Amino acid sequence: MPSVMLRKREDGKLVFYVAKKDLEETIESLEFDSPEKWGGEVVLGDGSKYYFEPMEPAPRIPTTLQAKRL
Amino acid sequence: MAAMTREETEALIQEVLEVYPEKAKKDREKHLAVNDQSLEKANKCITSNRKSLPGVMTIRGCAYAGSKGVVWGPIKDMIHISHGPVGCGQYSRAGRRNYYVGTTGVNTFGTMNFTSDFTEKDIVFGGDKKLANLIDEIEVLFPLNKGISIQSECPIGLIGDDIEAVAKVKNKEHGKTIVPVRCEGFRGVSQSLGHHIANDAIRDWVLEKRDGDDSFPTTPYDVAVIGDYNIGGDAWASRTLLEEMGLRVVAQWSGDGTIAEIEKTPKVKLNLIHCYRSMNYIARHMEEKYSIPWIEYNFFGPTKIAESLRRIAEHFDDTIKEGAERVIARYKAEYDAVIEKYKPRLEGKRVMLYIGGLRPRHVIGAYEDLGMEVVGTGYEFGHNDDYDRTIKEMGNATLLYDDVTGYEFEEFVKKVQPDLVGSGIKEKYIFQKMGVPFRQMHSWDYSGPYHGYDGFAIFARDMDMTINNPCWKSFKAPWKTEAASEPVKAVA
Repeated sequence: MPSVMLRKREDGKLVFYVAKKDLEETIESLEFDSPEKWGGEVVLGDGSKYYFEPMEPAPRIPTTLQAKRL
Repeated sequence: MAAMTREETEALIQEVLEVYPEKAKKDREKHLAVNDQSLEKANKCITSNRKSLPGVMTIRGCAYAGSKGVVWGPIKDMIHISHGPVGCGQYSRAGRRNYYVGTTGVNTFGTMNFTSDFTEKDIVFGGDKKLANLIDEIEVLFPLNKGISIQSECPIGLIGDDIEAVAKVKNKEHGKTIVPVRCEGFRGVSQSLGHHIANDAIRDWVLEKRDGDDSFPTTPYDVAVIGDYNIGGDAWASRTLLEEMGLRVVAQWSGDGTIAEIEKTPKVKLNLIHCYRSMNYIARHMEEKYSIPWIEYNFFGPTKIAESLRRIAEHFDDTIKEGAERVIARYKAEYDAVIEKYKPRLEGKRVMLYIGGLRPRHVIGAYEDLGMEVVGTGYEFGHNDDYDRTIKEMGNATLLYDDVTGYEFEEFVKKVQPDLVGSGIKEKYIFQKMGVPFRQMHSWDYSGPYHGYDGFAIFARDMDMTINNPCWKSFKAPWKTEAASEPVKAVA
């Protein structure tokens, strides 16, 4: 369960950052991405997949969340 | 020597790796790479931030160096106690040339060494009492200090002293910020973890001091310069440009910085990160907690400065955008003259770099402005994200080396034959004795500043006076000249 810092990059893409692993990747797809429901499975730029517990409503970004590695 | 092709560079890496035992070779292979600009992510070609191999000559430092030497040390109005045996503090005292204004020993303490000077007794019975005494003594002798940080050296963690408790008690007693930093040298693989620990200590013990206090008048143009350590006056050369374009620099982290500036940083509108490696952690934290955006910038060389000024200005309104253009235009004649003067003398020269966590990529632009080419670069303690940012800056088929060993670096230089090597003091004399022009790129070889337009002029002059110094032509190792001129006579 790495703790993941999420921030919006200048081009609007979400960046997925895990300090402990030096992992800085863009989020390519997100299962639920609407103001009401947010989270689910995410696919990163390098193809790896993580899972955020779906949240209602969507969190304010930037934020730190726990993710599960799939 | 012409630029090397990809195959040649790969062959060079293999050749250099040849001397290692099988296991070491396998490990080191992952840290050496040929740059490929088409790659998006560095982890495909290079591994970084791993433990150095035992037995090789690494150039890295320790977590204490990262915390006390880099992040905390330059904060001038605090006293930084090197808590533990005397050596760590004394041998790192004032070596980094973080310039500051103030009266040393009265209201600033940058070049002084405060240590608890551990002896056997303290290791056996614990050093907390000594630390408490030390803090009391500091309060008597240096009453104008604005705070104290306790920088742990290795033994503190090993014997399990509770410096946090001491800090809390003394904080109540004296009413000053006292920050315990758990930066024992054995933590992590390099000074990089020390930076992280120091950032976390600032976050936990200092940053939120003025939350909810709005007495500090803010403007829409407040920025903080983060990760500029004012080496040889770097931060001052950067700050003038930012102020000229209309921004107000509220805080300098941490060169010539004060604890008050750090406490005020959460009030700024934008954080400007120069040294990404050592301070991105706190910028990310402030983005999350205080919604302060941050951007990386680069003040080495006019091309990158103009790029950065414009990028910074984009976060503000038109007056700042105009300000950026005005600054660039104002210095244009100045830097054009510098380029005109030095470019003919430096054009086509090839450089190899091996520095800490930011300059291996940041100074490339400055060299290119002078018509020089960086043919090899590497980080002592860079992480993956640093290499991600480096790939695009470096030419194709150039060398990348992570945590390079003394042997590898020497061999690379012998084979690539650069016109200049830029690295640190430990490498300096080796390469100078090999007859290769060398600049220290950690401390600017006692010169500087190199940031900003003013710094660029000094940078260009320094590179010229090193590379084109007549001494390189007139000395050659005696055994080499003999071999070339006359065959060695048999000993009678």
